[in-house]
Amino acid sequence: MATGIPPTHWVNPNPPAPSQKPPATTVGGIGWLRAHLFSTAANSVLTLATLWVLYWIGERLARWLAGAFWEPIWANRKLFATGIYPSEQLGQPAVVLLLVCALFGLSAGRWGSIMRTVGIGLAALLLLLALIPLGGMAQAVMAAGLALLLGGYWLGARGWVASRWLVAGWVLSGPLTFVLLLGGVELPLLGASPAVDSSLWGGLMLTMLLAVVGIALSFPVGVLLALGRRSKLPVIRYFSIGYIELIRGVPLITLLFMGMTMLPLFLPGGWGNPSQLVRAMTAITFFSAAYLAENVRGGLQAIPKGQYEAADALGLSGLDSLRFIILPQALVKVIPAIVGQFIGLFKDTSLVSLVGLLELVAVAKAVIQQPEWLGVAGGVAKEVYVFVGLIFFLFSYGMSFASRRLESKLGFGKR
Amino acid sequence: MNKRLTMVAISLLIIAVVYSACAAPAPAPAAAPAPAESVATEPAAAEPAAPAEQAGSLIDTVKARGKLICGVNNQVPGFGNVDANGNYSGFDVDFCRAVAAGVLGDASAVEYRYASGNDRFTLVKSGEVDVLFRNTTWTLTRDSAEVGMEFMPVTFYDGQGMMVRKSSGITSIADMDGATVCVQSGTTTELNLADVFRAQELEFTPVVFEDNDKTLAAYDEGRCDGFTTDKSGLVSSMTKMADPSEHMILEDTMSKEPLAGAVFQGDPAWADAVRWIVNGLIEAEESGVTSQNINEMLGSENPTIKRLLGVEGEMGAKLGLANDFMVQALTQVGNYGEIYDRNLGPDTPFNLPRGVNALWSQGGLLYTPPFR
Repeated sequence: MATGIPPTHWVNPNPPAPSQKPPATTVGGIGWLRAHLFSTAANSVLTLATLWVLYWIGERLARWLAGAFWEPIWANRKLFATGIYPSEQLGQPAVVLLLVCALFGLSAGRWGSIMRTVGIGLAALLLLLALIPLGGMAQAVMAAGLALLLGGYWLGARGWVASRWLVAGWVLSGPLTFVLLLGGVELPLLGASPAVDSSLWGGLMLTMLLAVVGIALSFPVGVLLALGRRSKLPVIRYFSIGYIELIRGVPLITLLFMGMTMLPLFLPGGWGNPSQLVRAMTAITFFSAAYLAENVRGGLQAIPKGQYEAADALGLSGLDSLRFIILPQALVKVIPAIVGQFIGLFKDTSLVSLVGLLELVAVAKAVIQQPEWLGVAGGVAKEVYVFVGLIFFLFSYGMSFASRRLESKLGFGKR
Repeated sequence: MNKRLTMVAISLLIIAVVYSACAAPAPAPAAAPAPAESVATEPAAAEPAAPAEQAGSLIDTVKARGKLICGVNNQVPGFGNVDANGNYSGFDVDFCRAVAAGVLGDASAVEYRYASGNDRFTLVKSGEVDVLFRNTTWTLTRDSAEVGMEFMPVTFYDGQGMMVRKSSGITSIADMDGATVCVQSGTTTELNLADVFRAQELEFTPVVFEDNDKTLAAYDEGRCDGFTTDKSGLVSSMTKMADPSEHMILEDTMSKEPLAGAVFQGDPAWADAVRWIVNGLIEAEESGVTSQNINEMLGSENPTIKRLLGVEGEMGAKLGLANDFMVQALTQVGNYGEIYDRNLGPDTPFNLPRGVNALWSQGGLLYTPPFR
């Protein structure tokens, strides 16, 4: 229907200017630089000074890296890995590694979450080691470890392995590791092998062992001590307070020396002489447990009283209220502190090099003094220590990264 | 108030009970439950108990074990090192092997235990090592009951020396008035340095570092006029310098550092056995017996050689060893000169001249009592 009204075109009387690009000095790289690095004169000076410092450090580092002599590390890779463990029996530590890989794989598949993060890290590490021509069986072992990890993940993800069995596997793997490494017994697949004295264990293997044993044993002891310190029973409370304060008042190296020289005096006669390894592990566990107890106590104190009362109101027994109400909340609150402490413990294991155990740092010291490197100007200390530092960083950062993932998974800090 | 006291008393009682329960030993394996005391006072025969508590000598313990446990260092180039495969080697290590060969007939039957500077004497006293060959200086205090070592014959006469730059114009310690000296902390080296300079009434500034490599690095960077440590250490340190030809080692010897093996004081039979194996290595060099010619030497008419090699007399039996104990040590390890050349001699990076470590007959200090 025509209306007679002519169709109108609205015409803007003030057409906008055709859009132009913003001046090159406010956007893009230059704009960003101006906004962030050279916004004021003071900032410009700071930027230039920082750049100069970075260049100064980088240039020196590059020059050192270019001239660095990595041969000692490559030649001694076996020493760094397992210390003076007999070469012909390296199959035993290899089985331990495979066992751990399989357990990690199954756990990653079954439980996912943080275990998957750890599993991915481990898989990357194994892949890297399987690609480096380490020589001998080492590459094959790394590849087998990777296969077990992935196979375990596949199995675990299908839920064919009950959580309960997996936990049992982890618990059993501890003593099994010691049996495998010590040798001297008839083993189902490996057959009989000569015993390997624990004084021959060393390198990264020993460092990991000390750290894992220290963490695994000090955790339950620490939780018990924390609960004991809040107990209403004076004997338990005063014992816990006394223990915690005594140990926290003494440096770890003192405890290690005490353990080395005095532990046999405290043991009954029939127990013989514990090996240096056992003494070091005892000292580390005692030390770590006291600090852990204080961390856990912090978590316990952060639980509102209402939670305790609610647990009582539900009619839960003391043990049940701890298991289901208090500890789950308390431990989650102190994950960052506990992981921080475990990272510290991992690094503290290097102190055992002072009491005669050949862990990573002690191996480094021995490698530096090998006569093969005598002609090298400036010695090989820098390269060796940088390498050992990198290993410590790798594992410490891995732990810290995993703990951050765990925190965000649990939603801690968002509530 | 009364109630609290009662509580404390009960607490103490419970602690005492718990403690005594914990202290009770586990029942002896495969034996009827024995009273606690008898278990505590009779360690099982195989148990490596402290030598002091043992009726027999270490010599029997070592033979029963079939292995010698030797305390060594792994951080002194040429003296004690561990190679890439985890095998120990070095001058000190070869003496461990000689003792194992002499006592057990097998130079490879040694278990090496790293002995750090802090715990080396504890290891010997607690019986965790049978013998210590770890660049250890024989001093009065260490020999006395206070430390309780029994020292073996000196295997290496070392002495503290001083390294300086050739360009510095210093030719002896006497020229070093007002010098700065790089030195490792906490060692006898540091004390000797102070003694020597004080005795000559010279001023000096020590620059102290925690370990030898850092000390050397500081000297190499020019932070000190001199660098001091044992002369054997100076020689190996020199090879790590940026330009070894710029430096020299002064003639002066600032201290006596006789390095010797050590065993537990209070086990004369074991001490004698180890002592005479070390003596035998020196005697063999003097008599010209080497690992190469030992088979011909077994037929030698020289009475000293006959006694040394057990062809005549019962020398080994007197020490509780096999009569051919030196044959084993010499075939498998070699005499003193061979040990020296293998680890420190001209074919090694050290090329350390024998100096005072030559035989007495060649102007050195090595002298062994007669084998008779």
